[in-house]
Amino acid sequence: MAAFVGLFRHDFGLALRQGGDTGLVLGFFVLVVVLFAFGVGPEAATLRRIGPGIIWVAALLAALLSLDRLFQSDYEDGGLDLLALADLPLAFGVLAKTAAYWAATGLPLVAISPLLALAVDLDAAAIPRLVLSLLIGTPALSLIGSVAAALVLGARRQGVLLSLLVLPLYVPPLIFGVGAVGADAGGANLMLLGALSLAALALCPWASAAALRQALE
Amino acid sequence: MNERRRRIPDPARGCDRDAADGRPSLRYKKRFGEGGFRRAMLSRFANPARFMRLSAVLLPWCAGLSAAIIALGLYLALFVAPADYQQGEAVRIMYVHVPAAWMALLVYLFVAVASAAALVWRHPLADIAARAAAPIGAAFTFVCLASGSLWGRPMWGTWWVWDARLTSVLVLFFLYLGYIALVNAFDNPDRGGRAGSVLALVGVINLPIIKFSVDWWNTLHQPASVLRFGGPTIAWPMLAPLLVMAAGFGGLFVTLLLLRMRTALNEKKALALRLGGAAAPARASRRPAMSPAAGR
Amino acid sequence: MNAIARFFAMGGYAAFVWPAYGLAVAVLGGLALYSWRRYRASQRALAEIERHRRR
Repeated sequence: MAAFVGLFRHDFGLALRQGGDTGLVLGFFVLVVVLFAFGVGPEAATLRRIGPGIIWVAALLAALLSLDRLFQSDYEDGGLDLLALADLPLAFGVLAKTAAYWAATGLPLVAISPLLALAVDLDAAAIPRLVLSLLIGTPALSLIGSVAAALVLGARRQGVLLSLLVLPLYVPPLIFGVGAVGADAGGANLMLLGALSLAALALCPWASAAALRQALE
Repeated sequence: MNERRRRIPDPARGCDRDAADGRPSLRYKKRFGEGGFRRAMLSRFANPARFMRLSAVLLPWCAGLSAAIIALGLYLALFVAPADYQQGEAVRIMYVHVPAAWMALLVYLFVAVASAAALVWRHPLADIAARAAAPIGAAFTFVCLASGSLWGRPMWGTWWVWDARLTSVLVLFFLYLGYIALVNAFDNPDRGGRAGSVLALVGVINLPIIKFSVDWWNTLHQPASVLRFGGPTIAWPMLAPLLVMAAGFGGLFVTLLLLRMRTALNEKKALALRLGGAAAPARASRRPAMSPAAGR
Repeated sequence: MNAIARFFAMGGYAAFVWPAYGLAVAVLGGLALYSWRRYRASQRALAEIERHRRR
């Protein structure tokens, strides 16, 4: 347990000190939503209709951005070998790193989403639903992304490959996340999103650990 | 960077790579459809050399039989099958679209089972089989999407419609592309095969989730029902060409699978021979340079 | 002649039916052809290497 917390604090502290990842993710998030608003036009009705979709897609793309750095630096300097040989099971080590990654990139997205909800003229009742859906959904995005990040270690053109790998896997959280913002079927979608995140929490660390062991062989 | 010494597997003797940590992969599900075929592969073709001998005999027969069945299927589909009451002659596209869809899914299940065999039982031929099968599945998926689009244009008026089935097949296509990109992205093909195995298993577990979510998404956004072909039961005059084409596509898959596996084993053996042959003269030339008396 | 013309016209849907079948033949046949050529190349390369070794 101490090892888990220690690893989480180490990675999270590193992310905070460097600051680059958080800023990049936030900036990209805001940029995509604003660009969509420019592309689609200022008409409020259209923006309100597609607003949740835009925000969720932007969050998804932003969550992807620094994913390849999740394991890369440890892979290069040998930290991953140490992690694999440590007493802490590799799956828990992966979970600690992913949790730190989510805290550094996913949480800021959730925090800034009310502002962007205003930008797309989302009605006031939907904003808490949006924040809740992002809060529950972004862990799933980070966890699924960690599997893909572990798979592409050592590959050529990691960034492009990573995006191609996660695209089909991100479709369910996206569908349920956007659905959760709507009023009518919001409850069921939120439940399904929560189920997805819990399933990802249970399964993804093991898949990532398996992929990391393949990379270290 | 992690260049540890590894024994180069000799396909003639069977791959003798041992598991680095012995821990099996933990995520897989057994599927029925391929169960019998899998067991046959495991018992009879476990030895690569034996596989080469057996496939050399089987390949021409598979090829000839598939060609004959496909020819029969095309004849039935284009000449014998009746035109549909609503859709007219356009329904003949179904005889290409539906068997391709079935094969797209079946081949992905094959890739997943082969990946499970590679990860869990370290079967020497398993990841070669998975890597050989994936492009065939991707080709079937593309044919399904393209023929579906060509079918949709006269029927629904648009080239693409976000129908639950077509959208699921599109996501499946991306799963295939991701798998193929991943296994080809590494300089070491074995590393690519191992990474691909994990991805295939992750993908197969996600497949029902993706299908469910796309169905869900479709019913929420498209209350109008989409034209369904055939209805719950398809009459025999339409079913027969469908089944024959499906059998023909299945035979085509087996033929191409055997062909691609033989190619992969050939290339593997050639690489092993080349590396083994290159090492000998290099060692011989290095020895005098390494001796302390060389004075380099 | 009329029957053949009607067959090719496919009840007005010719522009959709024939490209669908043609694409299927092109893609699957193309994959088969590519796989076959790669197979022959691998056989030739292997024979070449084995001939070198025997020398």
